[in-house]
Amino acid sequence: MHLGTLLAATALAAGLAATAAAQEVVVLGWGGAYTQSQVEAYHKPFTAATGIRVVSVDADNPATPIKAQVEAGNVTIDVASVEYADAVRLCDEGLLEVIDHAILAPAPDGTPATEDFLPGMLTDCMVGTDVFATVYAYDKTKFGDNPPTTIADFFDTARFPGKRGVRRGAKATLEMALMGDGVPADQVYSVLATPEGVERALAKLGAIKSEIVWWTAGSQPVQLLADGEVAMTIGWNGRLFNAAVGEGKPFAIVWDGQVYESEGWVIPKGAPNLENALKFVAFSTATEPLARAAEWISYGPPRASSAPLVGVFQLDGKTPMGPNLPTSPENLTNALLSDLDFWVDRDAELNERFNAWLLAN
Amino acid sequence: MRETEVAAANRDDAFVVFDRVQKSYDGATLVVKDLNLSIAKGEFLTMLGPSGSGKTTCLMMLAGFETATHGEIRLAGRPLNRVPPHKRGIGMVFQNYALFPHMTVGENLAFPLEVRGIGRAEREARVARALDMVQMGGFAARRPAQLSGGQQQRIALARALVFDPALVLMDEPLGALDKQLREHMQFEIKHLHDRLGITVVYVTHDQGEALTMSDRIAVFDDGVVQQLASPEELYERPANSFVARFIGENNTLPGRIETISGEACTVRLADGALIDAQPVNVTRAGEATMVSIRPERVEVNPARLPPGAHMVEAEVLEFIYMGDLFRVRLNVAGNSDFVMKYRNAPDAGRLAPGSRVRIGWRPEDCRALDADSRTGGSAAPG
Amino acid sequence: MAEATLTGPTALRTANGTPLKAALARASRRARLRAFLLVAPLLLFIVVTFVLPIGQMLHRSVHNDAFSAHMPALGAWFAANPRGTAPDEAAFAALAEDLRAAAAARSIGTVGTRINYEVPGTRSLFTSTARNAARLAPPYREALLAHNPDWGRADVWAAMRGASSAYSASFYLAALDLRRTPEGAVVRVEPGQRIYGQLFLRTFVLSAAITLICLALGFPVAHLLATLPLRRANLLMILVLLPFWTSLLVRTSAWIVLLQGQGVVNNVLVALGLVPEDGRLALMHNATGTIVAMTHILLPFMILPLYAVMKTIPPAYARAARSLGATSWTAFRRIYLPLCAPGIGAGAMLVFILAVGYYITPALVGGASGQLISNQIAYHMQTSLNWSLGAALATLLLAAVLALYWLYDRLVGIDNMKLG
Repeated sequence: MHLGTLLAATALAAGLAATAAAQEVVVLGWGGAYTQSQVEAYHKPFTAATGIRVVSVDADNPATPIKAQVEAGNVTIDVASVEYADAVRLCDEGLLEVIDHAILAPAPDGTPATEDFLPGMLTDCMVGTDVFATVYAYDKTKFGDNPPTTIADFFDTARFPGKRGVRRGAKATLEMALMGDGVPADQVYSVLATPEGVERALAKLGAIKSEIVWWTAGSQPVQLLADGEVAMTIGWNGRLFNAAVGEGKPFAIVWDGQVYESEGWVIPKGAPNLENALKFVAFSTATEPLARAAEWISYGPPRASSAPLVGVFQLDGKTPMGPNLPTSPENLTNALLSDLDFWVDRDAELNERFNAWLLAN
Repeated sequence: MRETEVAAANRDDAFVVFDRVQKSYDGATLVVKDLNLSIAKGEFLTMLGPSGSGKTTCLMMLAGFETATHGEIRLAGRPLNRVPPHKRGIGMVFQNYALFPHMTVGENLAFPLEVRGIGRAEREARVARALDMVQMGGFAARRPAQLSGGQQQRIALARALVFDPALVLMDEPLGALDKQLREHMQFEIKHLHDRLGITVVYVTHDQGEALTMSDRIAVFDDGVVQQLASPEELYERPANSFVARFIGENNTLPGRIETISGEACTVRLADGALIDAQPVNVTRAGEATMVSIRPERVEVNPARLPPGAHMVEAEVLEFIYMGDLFRVRLNVAGNSDFVMKYRNAPDAGRLAPGSRVRIGWRPEDCRALDADSRTGGSAAPG
Repeated sequence: MAEATLTGPTALRTANGTPLKAALARASRRARLRAFLLVAPLLLFIVVTFVLPIGQMLHRSVHNDAFSAHMPALGAWFAANPRGTAPDEAAFAALAEDLRAAAAARSIGTVGTRINYEVPGTRSLFTSTARNAARLAPPYREALLAHNPDWGRADVWAAMRGASSAYSASFYLAALDLRRTPEGAVVRVEPGQRIYGQLFLRTFVLSAAITLICLALGFPVAHLLATLPLRRANLLMILVLLPFWTSLLVRTSAWIVLLQGQGVVNNVLVALGLVPEDGRLALMHNATGTIVAMTHILLPFMILPLYAVMKTIPPAYARAARSLGATSWTAFRRIYLPLCAPGIGAGAMLVFILAVGYYITPALVGGASGQLISNQIAYHMQTSLNWSLGAALATLLLAAVLALYWLYDRLVGIDNMKLG
């Protein structure tokens, strides 16, 4: 119900805005700190540089209204921030405009954009804006001198007692369970592709099932950990970082076993301000804005040339962001790049299996 | 026959007794003030009074839905104060019948038998008998909503009687019926009472109903029984001016006691005329009084009055032909609402408006009452 | 009183000779027209906001042209060859032709997604083959099987045959934990994949529990409301309605604060020594949380119809029962309760139907064991974007509710229901 009204309000707001002025671009984001980072790093400089007004609207998952709007033939969004998997799927279904990579700005040293972007950050319809990770964080007050350090520790309630927060969904959850069970990152998807592998992941989760508090929205794990409802929780690194550093919560992030993936801009087919949308995408994915965005939220920039330019966390003005990004080399020692083709194929099946497993108490 | 029974109804063999009962809802005012009343077995007693006079409260205390603030109520010698309503064994007919709408007539009647654990066969027999008693034999399967007001009334009556209670309470049971039906039902209830020998306590604000049906009537006003007497006594000899005004049509004339001696007195009216009266609650000469005369006891023919009776001047204001009666409005001693009624007999003359006549009455028909409109607590007989 | 009938041997006529029926019809036509115009806006509103969306949902649950619209050649082959025909070279040629066209039109993802619903893991079969479709050359059978041997799978072909018709019952099968084998038989899915039947059952059990708790809690409150003096009853009524004036999310969040492990309720219990520090009760993230929060949210829907009915029951009925010899319990059970039945029916119906459709509250406080079928519908509408399956689940839910409504009508009678 809440989501429905939100979507309706979003669509309405966007619709009103679209008729108000010609020189504008409507950008649909995820809300919260993430949207804030985009407003600071992209929207404001873009308006300053071009005079085109950026109308920022939010949705729980921007991919949902895109499908609804394109199918209904009433598109009010020009640019949307979606996850890689959704970008691929929506693109395959013909719901997105194809973006010519030639419009993207080269790196300051002249390297073409197609080479500057990290592998997998550019697709036919998506231009990557950041890399985020699913990691786990723990409450520092609960584990004193002997804190958890590996993904296996998350599943070890004997050595590290306490409730665990886990996202109620198969994606990333099953991968982390396998890594917690000792499967090396590079073999996770080949194991998970077999029925035995799925059962192995569920068995790993099953061992701590009674200790798990399931969450669905990205803000919940932060709240659960802050309220002391759980001792450790899986969550998205940006929100956990903002709570820990921005709000001074006693959280520590464990990067071992992280599952990272990218997200970026897409343009719905039939966007009302296509010209402005393309301008906005090109402007915001240049080296400098991407580096600035990473100073507002700890999501890694997708361009090689951006990494050295990332400075300190804008909200406290002192914490260097580099070590807190998923793309930082020290965080990538045991990390898994989410295989989005795998999930595009298996999402429905594995979620059904996962839900059935949840129901079988 | 009833007269003697009533006379015998004293506290010792009384069936229902209110003993110094008081009731207050708010702790500040009494709606029933020191009620003493005993009702004989088999008696039909009516509590009559205007609304708010305390009569319904008394009935509810007897039924057990209200508790007396002070005093005691006894039924067949047993104090009732702590007995819950369902153990009192009192039948009750409610103002709007309170027939259970979700049950058929038969189920309504069977209900009191069922809760008493009476077996099915006997239940059915008694329900059938009770329905026959009120001439509703074929209606057992109907719902109350499918019945007319009069039929519902009969069913309510049958339901209150079906478990053979010794005492039946009726709270304005005929209030919702039209005039004709009401009069008919009055007789039916009266006949049932006579036939079954039950004790009935009946509450109404309709004095005609009370006079028709009752053995005795308790006239309530202001939380006090103003007079407890048989209908005839009440009509003929009201104990105070409230009762006189409340029961039947009545002429009142203010005046002052001129002379008083035992059973007779003379009263000087406002215009100076002197009349004969019977002192009721006046005691001494010079006292202000209100004399009351029934319209049908006013005479124009001195031949019908005892010798020496005083007569007064009156002016005819209006003459109304009412079929069996003539009704004449007169101006007597400044009271222009003075009414006289006389029978439409072959020799009865008609009075022309504007003419002057002399009228009189027998001294015992003219009662010198208290001048105050309200009389306090004088009339609760034991 | 003599009554004239219109169907008598000679039809009655008005004074000027027109038949009475015609005159009556003409006289009432204007009134009917005006009445219709008055309700027309409402009618239009209901059609636009209620009938059309539900019709669309029903349609979507059986209609999905994601495959059939983009694979015309293969559809023609399926039409020409009955079920059971092994795919021949012509079939593979048609497949290759369609894949090529779909790749060019960027519709291959849609096609793959549609088949992926039926045979998990096959979406990439379509997308990867389509990327190379331009290079495919006859004989297509060998070429396609060489590219990916999965093209020889019977279940893939069966799924494609099923999807080649835009109308299909396969989403209803999925919603009932059933599937069709390549041979065409309907069987239950593997135990590990069965979720919807259990979720429907849980939804109805939890909703029934919530309804009963609402009744148990709401009945005394409604009775109090109906019997208190008007001024105090009005104050109490404001308290009853108060939850309506705060947002659903706020109320649910308030329950989180109260019920969580470190929440108010547990803290009080621990402080009182009723519960040990390490034995805090799990009051949310499970079915208990769902029941508590939803009972609170739905309670007014029980109290209001109950109150409306109780208000009309004169106290004389209970008194009559008592005077007839019934104990207060018997009077309640035999007289008051049956008289309240229309309100109980209406309240229970309202609460139950609302409970069956709730999803935001279970999503927030229900954890895994407090999830209802609506959460799955929302999942398919918003996350998996399998709208047809979501529509099929929603339609089944609607049908189940209508069936209950019908049952209620048969057992109690809908005309016996009073909403106030």
